[in-house]
Amino acid sequence: MNVAEKPVIAAASLIGQRIQKKDAPEKAAGKTRYIQDMVVPGMLHAKILRSSRVHAKIKSIDTSAAKALPGVHVVLTAADVPDQQPIGVARDHLPLKGERVRSLRDEIAAVAADSDEIAEAALKLIRVEYEDLPVIASPEDAIKPGAPLIHPTPLDAHGRPQSLPPKTPIAFAGKPDNIAMRFDYTHGDIAQAEAESDVVVEDSFQLHYVTHCCMGVSGVIAEFDASGNLLMYSNTQVPFLHKREFAEYLNIDPSRVRIIQPPIGGGFGSKLDIYPFEVICIFLARAAKRPVKMVFTREEEFLASPTRQPVLLTLRSGCRKDGTLTFRQVHTLHDNGAYTSWGATTPFVMMQTFSSLYRVPACDYHTTVVYTNNPYAGSFRGYGNLQATFAIEQHMDMLAEKIGMDPLDFRLKNAQDAGEVTGQGMTFKSCGFKECITTAAERSDYRKKHADNIANRNARGPVKRGIGIASMLHVGGGAKIYPSDGCGTILKLDDFANVTLITGASEIGQGSETVLSQLVCEELGLPISAVTVVNNDTAITPWDVGVHASRTTFIAGNSAIGAARKAKAKILAAAAKKHDCDEAALDLRGGFVVVAETGEPVVELARLMRNLHFSDKAELVMTTFYYEPPSVHQDKAFKGDVSAAYAWAAQVVEVEVDTETGIVKMTKVTGTHDVGRVLNRLGLEGQIEGGVVMGQGYALTENLIVENGVTRNPNFRDYKLVTAPEIPEMDITFVESMDGEGPQGAKGVGEAPAICIAAAAANAIHNATGVRIFGLPFTPEAVYRALRGKSDKPHWPAWKPE
Amino acid sequence: MKNREITLHINGEEYRLNVAVNRTLLDVLRDELGMTETKYGCGTGECGACTVLVEGKEVNSCLTLAATMDGKRITTVAGRADFGRLDHIQQAFVDEAAIQCGYCTPGMVMKTASLLAKNPDPSEAEIRHALEGNICRCTGYEKIVKAVKKAAATMPGRAAAVEPCKEVVQ
Repeated sequence: MNVAEKPVIAAASLIGQRIQKKDAPEKAAGKTRYIQDMVVPGMLHAKILRSSRVHAKIKSIDTSAAKALPGVHVVLTAADVPDQQPIGVARDHLPLKGERVRSLRDEIAAVAADSDEIAEAALKLIRVEYEDLPVIASPEDAIKPGAPLIHPTPLDAHGRPQSLPPKTPIAFAGKPDNIAMRFDYTHGDIAQAEAESDVVVEDSFQLHYVTHCCMGVSGVIAEFDASGNLLMYSNTQVPFLHKREFAEYLNIDPSRVRIIQPPIGGGFGSKLDIYPFEVICIFLARAAKRPVKMVFTREEEFLASPTRQPVLLTLRSGCRKDGTLTFRQVHTLHDNGAYTSWGATTPFVMMQTFSSLYRVPACDYHTTVVYTNNPYAGSFRGYGNLQATFAIEQHMDMLAEKIGMDPLDFRLKNAQDAGEVTGQGMTFKSCGFKECITTAAERSDYRKKHADNIANRNARGPVKRGIGIASMLHVGGGAKIYPSDGCGTILKLDDFANVTLITGASEIGQGSETVLSQLVCEELGLPISAVTVVNNDTAITPWDVGVHASRTTFIAGNSAIGAARKAKAKILAAAAKKHDCDEAALDLRGGFVVVAETGEPVVELARLMRNLHFSDKAELVMTTFYYEPPSVHQDKAFKGDVSAAYAWAAQVVEVEVDTETGIVKMTKVTGTHDVGRVLNRLGLEGQIEGGVVMGQGYALTENLIVENGVTRNPNFRDYKLVTAPEIPEMDITFVESMDGEGPQGAKGVGEAPAICIAAAAANAIHNATGVRIFGLPFTPEAVYRALRGKSDKPHWPAWKPE
Repeated sequence: MKNREITLHINGEEYRLNVAVNRTLLDVLRDELGMTETKYGCGTGECGACTVLVEGKEVNSCLTLAATMDGKRITTVAGRADFGRLDHIQQAFVDEAAIQCGYCTPGMVMKTASLLAKNPDPSEAEIRHALEGNICRCTGYEKIVKAVKKAAATMPGRAAAVEPCKEVVQ
């Protein structure tokens, strides 16, 4: 189109619009190829033999029959990979176990064969002799004096503990106790704050095992090229961290590791660590000299992918009669499972909620993470915050009740405001917390319903109505848990003014491709369809820390905006030069360079781009930008402003409790989230709704039953996910606090919606029945018992210092 | 393992196959025909990701032996899209943001097709009930329910919904 034919172009913004997900048509048509769908020519299929004992010494492994099975190419045990290195944050985990198994998921042998069926058949031919060891099935047992050790120090020939060089990994050197990690944080004077308290409450809370249940199960394809370079097709959430770590485990240069991520069938934190199956698949590919694919079955996904960490938690909270919080003291005991993954580090996030969700003059936080023979815990959407919020937000209601104050007023009196700096050094620049509370309360008619429900507790009929509120604080501007929290972008425009956005940030279904395209198009005045996103190949994309900590929109968004603004400056300068006008007076709109003030088109962007390409002194518009947020890595005392922005929310849950059956029906969730600013309204709503329902499952139905180290319900029939008929009515609204550092003012929101639901449900059940339940999940049986005073209240006094 | 000669009519095309009698329809579609649009979610009929239509009726292909499907007309999610064009159900899922990771989507779309063939004007409760056997871990179902409503409202020539639909609805 000629400029002459083009009328004036008014300024228009994409921000806050309802934008369709870029990858949705492919997914709707079934054309998206996940790792499960991928075929690499010549690839073998791999399976893992896992332990049939919870805790045992391995006396012998006989793989001869498996090796002899036609169609089997490689069978590996620990003896075949003497160079294997321990994985995980504590380096306590060898991928293949040769001497001892510590949990039922432990990997003993692996087979690569012509087909899954042959590999499966080969596993059945492997003979393992065990010598059983005592099972440590609970963290309370694990910390008892004299408890058997999960990672004992190996003995030398004389039966004495081997003396190994310092810094030898736990996998080789063992550990003299069952304590995997400790976290201790304090601010203020607890004793004085307690003395100043009019009311103190103390309770123990018990949080259970749940697991991610990604619809796309774990999987990987590994292959080596002729030079020994490793190519991995992986559904990891952290490709760049993986690259470095795999290189370390294989003792090769990281430049020789390339990771390609096919579209990911859900993550939610489960794909944040390196797991044995990935390393084992690499070993198989190395031995077979062929590509090897390994994909879990659903049962395997339940048994051998990480869980959310179970927590036993004792909380003391105090306040004055006027409703001022005085102190919190909390001790938590975390079941690490047999090995250490990111689940062990969730206290980083938990302590933020205890120290900083509300203004509290004194906070004393202690966590002990202990080894057991249970499945090991990883990271899961919310990263400890669901557990912390479950305890804190029940105590907020309990304290309010004790001093006769309305629970909303009590929260509002202690809620953080913009400008506060907390004991941990978190600085709240944008903060819509109070507005979240008042909005959610008003929209749900909380005050009236709360009072009416109490008045109606003794009314006739078995079904009681309840309403409960809970609030949350979570990082919303990334989290500097590594020295870097950055993301890079490479952006180019072609001669048709189409954009290729090359970003380090992964798409795991959350809509990052779409929101990043939107932010770029907002700068360049182009339609979303003009952008192609490249985001899945470490050989192409710039560095990014990974999909975690609700960071992608904020960090990768700022990075994409930076690259787009540089491109825009370049384009406007070229247009000004060519059309002899002032570049400061120009803007980009609707695919044209326009005069900003009038909207009058100057030149079609595609035409300008072709001119640039084909002129004598040709120039391409290609830019790069690296964004590192202005946050700090916390010090050893856990102090430091770890995120560039913080997200807030309040959620009101309404329930109907059938007091005759114990069935709790979640009827409505009213949620108000401080998201900074709404970018893609459609995507944001989807994130919140999905998170709410995940929180509902955590509260009511989901329960990975682990008895004496054995997972009893590794299937969707017995592990109950919420399905469509059970979802509550949802009223979701947003507070736009316009964060100064956020991309267009936005903050991260990925984890936030799941965090409050269980806590708010607990408060709602209390509102309905007058009974408070301190453990999850609220299954009919648990509620039925609690209503009749027959349930054991969690009790954990052991934390008290001697 | 014994094999059996069968003929399947998949998305309007005829396929003559020699399949082992223990192979499921899902295995045959994915592994032998490379039709990976139908997804493995659990293998035990609990998640609905593998839903296809057989003679217009929904089945879990992971629970269906291929050898029992001789002569049957089978529709997968790929059979609903023409080149570059989605059908009204797929388009409704796109429009309503009923797709996040997308792994459950093929099963959800086929379940919707089955529902609307039986009941072109379902109530919200009927939609939710119909989706009960399909698990989605990302969306919280809200937008999927909206997509089904929209699909019902935009269904062209309602009786034809179970056949591959080539009308442009965009």
